[in-house]
Amino acid sequence: MKGLSINNISMRFDLKNGSSVQALKDVSLDIDEGQIITVLGPSGCGKTTLLNIVAGFLAPTEGKVVLNDEVVQGPGAERGMVFQQGALFEWMNVRSNVAFGPRMKGMPKSEQEEKVKHLLEIVGLADFEDKAVYELSGGMQQRVALARCLANDPDVILMDEPLGALDALTREKMQGLVLKLWKETGKTIILITHSVEEAVLLGERLLVLAPRPGRIHKEYKLPFAEMGVNMDLREVKKSDGYTETRDEILSIIWEMEEEIMGRAEEN
Amino acid sequence: MAILIFYIIIFVAAFYIVKIATSFTKSQDDFTSLKTVTFGDESAVSPNRAASIISVIAIFAIWAAFTGSKLIPIHVPGPFIGELSFSYTAMNSSGETDDADVTITVYDVQSGVIPDVLDIEPGTGFALNDTAQIITYRSGLIKVQKNDVGGKDKDYKVVAVNGQEISPETEIFVDNARIYMTRKGTLSVTPEKGWQMQPVWLPSPETVWSRLVKVGSEGYKNFTLWEHLGWSLIRVVVGFLAGAIIGIPLGYAMGLSGWFRGWFDPIVEFMRPVPPLALIPLVIIWFGIGEQGKIILLFLASLWIMTISARAGVSGVKISKIHAAYSLGASKWQIMRLVIVPNSLPEIFTGARVSMGVCWGTVVAAELVAAQKGAGMMIINASKFQMTDLVIMGIVLIGVIGYAIDILMRISENYLVPWKGK
Repeated sequence: MKGLSINNISMRFDLKNGSSVQALKDVSLDIDEGQIITVLGPSGCGKTTLLNIVAGFLAPTEGKVVLNDEVVQGPGAERGMVFQQGALFEWMNVRSNVAFGPRMKGMPKSEQEEKVKHLLEIVGLADFEDKAVYELSGGMQQRVALARCLANDPDVILMDEPLGALDALTREKMQGLVLKLWKETGKTIILITHSVEEAVLLGERLLVLAPRPGRIHKEYKLPFAEMGVNMDLREVKKSDGYTETRDEILSIIWEMEEEIMGRAEEN
Repeated sequence: MAILIFYIIIFVAAFYIVKIATSFTKSQDDFTSLKTVTFGDESAVSPNRAASIISVIAIFAIWAAFTGSKLIPIHVPGPFIGELSFSYTAMNSSGETDDADVTITVYDVQSGVIPDVLDIEPGTGFALNDTAQIITYRSGLIKVQKNDVGGKDKDYKVVAVNGQEISPETEIFVDNARIYMTRKGTLSVTPEKGWQMQPVWLPSPETVWSRLVKVGSEGYKNFTLWEHLGWSLIRVVVGFLAGAIIGIPLGYAMGLSGWFRGWFDPIVEFMRPVPPLALIPLVIIWFGIGEQGKIILLFLASLWIMTISARAGVSGVKISKIHAAYSLGASKWQIMRLVIVPNSLPEIFTGARVSMGVCWGTVVAAELVAAQKGAGMMIINASKFQMTDLVIMGIVLIGVIGYAIDILMRISENYLVPWKGK
């Protein structure tokens, strides 16, 4: 079966003081090939833990992740990752960063070169091959990170708040770019974010996680990502249902945050 | 003390002179000059180049002024050279007094010319005139009674100098000299020493320079100057490289494996604060005073620094970089080679700079203890012969080389790790 399936994942670990934390409890999710899913939740709900389990950096205490009929055992090139800023290799120029994955596979130089050129054009950074990454702005660096991830042609792209550190204007442009890449490449994308707006705009499916233990609280199926492919995102925001959905999710998140605060005060 | 006051005066005077001088030139409207808050804003403080230049000139000027150098026209008063004279009044055993003159030639022995003994009239009366010669900066005992009539009598004594009364263990000042009467009644004359330093304490800049030229062409103690300096450098480089070759992989291992870290942590943490100089006695006992001992000492000096910096370099890798490399399909070896090693280079360079500095200091110290050749051996040997000019020359060269090493390391750092701090 094609696609990614997350089966009854639980994650708990012991702390040094003897107590234990239930980061995730019984999370199950099936994602078809080519879907874009956004994951939202208050801080401490296990979003990043979930992503790290899918990426293979963490082993769940229960359950398993299956990608294209294969159980995930560790990190692999078929699951690409895009991080918040700072995951590019400063000692390499833009070209070497983007070509990193193909080079690991042993792709011939000329093919690498072609691939890099093509991808940089897609992310809007043509002619930047020889620049050092520390010379680029934050937005450009994230474009390089996207290109680097795509260069490996992964089945699934996992994004851990990739736009979190960008300013509002750059962020909006990058959201458009993510949708464009999603449509053009047809990749499965899981994107974690703090921003409700971003989650509503980019997610075909939107998962709201609840904390303690981390679990799926609610799932939305949304039309806005599909709309955003051919439309300006500011126009999408004016379309029917956008504001209502956003406000509904915002109030859910607010409620959860309040609860966390309340619990903290009780303690 | 005089030098310090002098220096402070120059410092303050130069500040005001430069301030007044620059107030006539049009000030630049760069961004910093438009800042109104500069006190406490580190970015607004840049070194004043005029101050740097004056600072260096001031040091040489003071050096020259206090050593009577020919390089500058103004000097602080030097030692008195020439003839000085005073009269003394003697009282003989029967209570009579008589005056006589003393003429003293003060000469500079460094000039190599020893003046002739003065020919003087003996004078009249029972107290007779005397002459003497004294070398600059020295004092001389003048037995004025010796040639006097009845001067060997027990009660014969000098009672005044230049009309001023003098008694044993008191002193008076005459022109260009201080006269002290010893307990036994002999006059001790100390000609005015002036403010200048004696060459044995601080030779003039040109003496140091001519020593450099001389040692540069003739060598010192069987080795040329370049052999002395070169051997010190070779020891440093070999010791440092040995430390780096062992220390960097060890640091990587400590950063990557819990077993290595646990095993070597106590050793590294214990050895790190031990100054390499404290190891010199043990190294000499174990390895002797030859090259082997010195290189092992330098190896130990750089080993811990390089280990710790390599370990810090590994620990400093952002986990997202490692994760990114793994999910791009890199193997452990590829991550080591393409991520961990380059990521740790800035830290390793910092370590290398510190390590080179420590090694250079340690090699000089080790050569002070025992060596056939080397910069440190040169200056300790020179100091034993009171060749202060050679000592100062050696210290200046050691400083220059140390500074040059640091600059070289910084240049190569900028070239090899341009992303540092970005």
